Amino acid sequence: MKATSDNRAGVVAPVPALAARLAALESRDTLRFAMCGSVDDGKSTLLGRLLAEAGMVPDDRLAQMLRDSRKHGTCGGAPDYALLLDGLEAEREQGITIDVAWRYFGTDKRAFIVADCPGHAQYTRNMASGASSAELGVVLVDARAGVQTQTRRHAAILAMFGVRRVLFAVNKLDLIDYNHARYHAIEQECVDLAHDLGIEHADAIPVSAINADNLVARSPNTPWYGGKPLLEYLETVQVERHADAAFALPVQWVNRPDHSFRGYAGTIAGGRVAPGNEVVVLPAGRLSRVVRVVGGDADLDVAEAGQAITLTLADQIDVARGDVIADPVLPPDIAAQFACHLLWLDDAALLPGRRYLMKLATQTIGAQVTEIKHRIDPDTQAHLAATRLVANEIGYCNLSLDADIAYRPYSEDRRLGGFVLLDRETNATVGCGTLDFGLRRDSNVHWQQLDVDRVARARIKGQIPRCLWFTGLSGAGKSTIANLVERRLVADGFHTILLDGDNVRHGLNRDLGFTDADRVENIRRVAEVAKLMMDAGLVVLVSFISPFRAERRLARDLIGDGEFMEVFVDAPLEVCEGRDVKGLYAKARAGKIANFTGIGSPYEPPESPEIHLHSDRESAADSATRVVKLLVS
Amino acid sequence: MGVTRLHTHLDRLEAESIRIMRETVAECRKPVLLYSIGKDSSVLLHLLLKAFYPARPPLPMLHVNTTWKFREMIEFRDRVAAETGVDLIEYINREGVRQGTDPVNHASRHTEIMKTQALRQALAQYQFDAAIGGARRDEDPARAKERVFSLRGAGQRWEPRKQRPEPWGLFNTRLAHDETLRVFPLSDWTELDVWLYIRREGIEVVPLYFAKERPTFVRNGALLVRDDERVPLEPGEKLIPKRVRFRTLGCWPLTAAVESEAADLDAIIAEMLDTRQSERAGRIIDLDPSDSMERKKREGYF
Repeated sequence: MKATSDNRAGVVAPVPALAARLAALESRDTLRFAMCGSVDDGKSTLLGRLLAEAGMVPDDRLAQMLRDSRKHGTCGGAPDYALLLDGLEAEREQGITIDVAWRYFGTDKRAFIVADCPGHAQYTRNMASGASSAELGVVLVDARAGVQTQTRRHAAILAMFGVRRVLFAVNKLDLIDYNHARYHAIEQECVDLAHDLGIEHADAIPVSAINADNLVARSPNTPWYGGKPLLEYLETVQVERHADAAFALPVQWVNRPDHSFRGYAGTIAGGRVAPGNEVVVLPAGRLSRVVRVVGGDADLDVAEAGQAITLTLADQIDVARGDVIADPVLPPDIAAQFACHLLWLDDAALLPGRRYLMKLATQTIGAQVTEIKHRIDPDTQAHLAATRLVANEIGYCNLSLDADIAYRPYSEDRRLGGFVLLDRETNATVGCGTLDFGLRRDSNVHWQQLDVDRVARARIKGQIPRCLWFTGLSGAGKSTIANLVERRLVADGFHTILLDGDNVRHGLNRDLGFTDADRVENIRRVAEVAKLMMDAGLVVLVSFISPFRAERRLARDLIGDGEFMEVFVDAPLEVCEGRDVKGLYAKARAGKIANFTGIGSPYEPPESPEIHLHSDRESAADSATRVVKLLVS
Repeated sequence: MGVTRLHTHLDRLEAESIRIMRETVAECRKPVLLYSIGKDSSVLLHLLLKAFYPARPPLPMLHVNTTWKFREMIEFRDRVAAETGVDLIEYINREGVRQGTDPVNHASRHTEIMKTQALRQALAQYQFDAAIGGARRDEDPARAKERVFSLRGAGQRWEPRKQRPEPWGLFNTRLAHDETLRVFPLSDWTELDVWLYIRREGIEVVPLYFAKERPTFVRNGALLVRDDERVPLEPGEKLIPKRVRFRTLGCWPLTAAVESEAADLDAIIAEMLDTRQSERAGRIIDLDPSDSMERKKREGYF
């Protein structure tokens, strides 16, 4: 494509010296915009005409277009500028565009990357790729019809994908005789629509693609229009860039050519970074400091959002693809469950509960939609009930991931808030969406750096915080042994706390039952409480059946290997059942308690506990002695 | 220590191309860079070295040699491979050579056998699951809808309707066992961007791009530079020295030269800003029906 302002039709510009011209071209910036409109709004014609008028279509392509216009043009043999754009054989014959087409053109001031979006309602999903990267949306409106259903839908999708500035190109003005009053009414409709959708900036330009009105030069047909012609608007419109956000770098690839270099390569999602900056590696939360910022093949003093760089850190810490290196003061949030908007792309419907893979920035993780809160009517934005989503439908959903990820709400950062869902069986990209916020309130709470830490609190107690996690069947003797251990520790001057399953279920967890889901939540809460108690400097004893390995692993991961000591209080089921101190086994056998561990629900014994007690073979006192010895060793 | 540049168009293109290459290496089992020796390949290779610096790029480059490339191209290729230290695999369709193809009189068949089939064979033989190429969307209307990560089914076939959406540049690299990917890091670049970047970065390109006096003859309306003796001159044809250069490079009997005085980068860019011919107009094989590119792509052409 040519990039010449001086051979634009109707534009008289002096030819600058070549060096200056090249310098201008080299330093120009980019505008990425998405162009949308209904099928008959003349979008391809407008874009084709704009390129031709601006002198950006090579002669051989123009000639081909003129030949093709006679063969299968839609203008009765007259030049059909839309033919400059329509690419695929199939769609050219059908006269429709089914997929986003990417167009490139430029002037000395700006290079343009255009996502030319399909118009048909059923191809809404194809707008996603175009809108996701757009800094500006250009929506075509037919001057005869004004704002239509499809106009609303296109604007709504632009809004969903975070496009904050939209230009409404009111086309076919020749067909309303360049009537100012009519144009003004449409312009007002457009501004109102943008306002309703939360789009911050809305502009409008009256154009006619057929007559080239207001494309590269102001048209004498619209003397009442005092604004810029379309090309000048595109050259000068200001769009926001996320330059002043806090630093975040999703790690894409670990660069390790030999043991003298270990770098983390990625593209900066937001903010800037310089050697010496403190950083945190998420989701693990480890702190370090930037040593080198390598960009291309040179060290940089500073790098900022959008640059592809490689960082080296001062500490030998474990960093892998999918981690996010970030500003520790304003780091991305951490969560595993989200409220999100989801646009379904696949012909097979979205089913809540079905397991997909999610890709967000460089992270890939198992995911499922746990609930569709509602479906959004694309035309009215009304909330509709839905149990599934089919292709082109947008839903507001709860999303649950297999583990925590680092993210930012989409409204703050597209790269850390936009995701796709992949089907594990077909490998198709089946959905795309935007994270709105983390659920369970663990997202908007930043980690507050506290001046007094666990070590300081523990020091005045003269002890090292530990978590003794007693697990075993009901009646195995967990509480008995834990009680003895705590008494000995207190006698020796330790500061302790004992969290007992029965007691916690009377208070903190009294809203939970005994389903698998509730058992998981039961343990998660207790592990969190234990962690807080350890932060207070205490030795924490937890006495819970905690039957599932996965949840005990969760507790271990949360508290930290090394500080978490799994105490397996082991006794055969028949021994425990024989003791039946609380009469629970009898009730379970009688069918009065469902899901009782060991009867109606499994107990998964630890595979490698820190200590393995056999309460059927040794006394509770001996067991307690072994536990205390292990702790103080 | 370098100084951060403002974010120009070229900066953004460069960063995105590097991201695409890193993504390919991070996610694909056995990627390869398709190196065709032209200016786009030179840019690709330059970006590849930047993407993985200070490591050597963790993938080889593959050149599918049709045996009809300009000699200067092959010399350039071998020197670049030696200087960068990137492993170079040359693949030639030996069966095609044995049968003998004729780029002069049967151009389409020659391209099909020595380029399209050869590429399929090479990818299959080495079990590459992703091939990074230098194709740009602005080269041809049929490429305007191509994905950055383009899914190819069995036999490297491109199915327009099976292509995956790529919102936010989130690329789906998951493959069934008979599927492969073509990856196009230069998707968003235009011919002008390529030249401006070559100029800014000081990237070396094959000297054939620069105007010089060369032995030319005209056949079927195309101005050709005779690179070796395999094509005899026909009655009425004679070699005339002319100052010419090439806008694209391929098999020499299939690549038309243009008369030009542009002997350096600035002159080339100036010429391009003024010329009124698209880049591929110099590719003789593309002068078939206007949708030939789409057909070739479906058959596995790059």
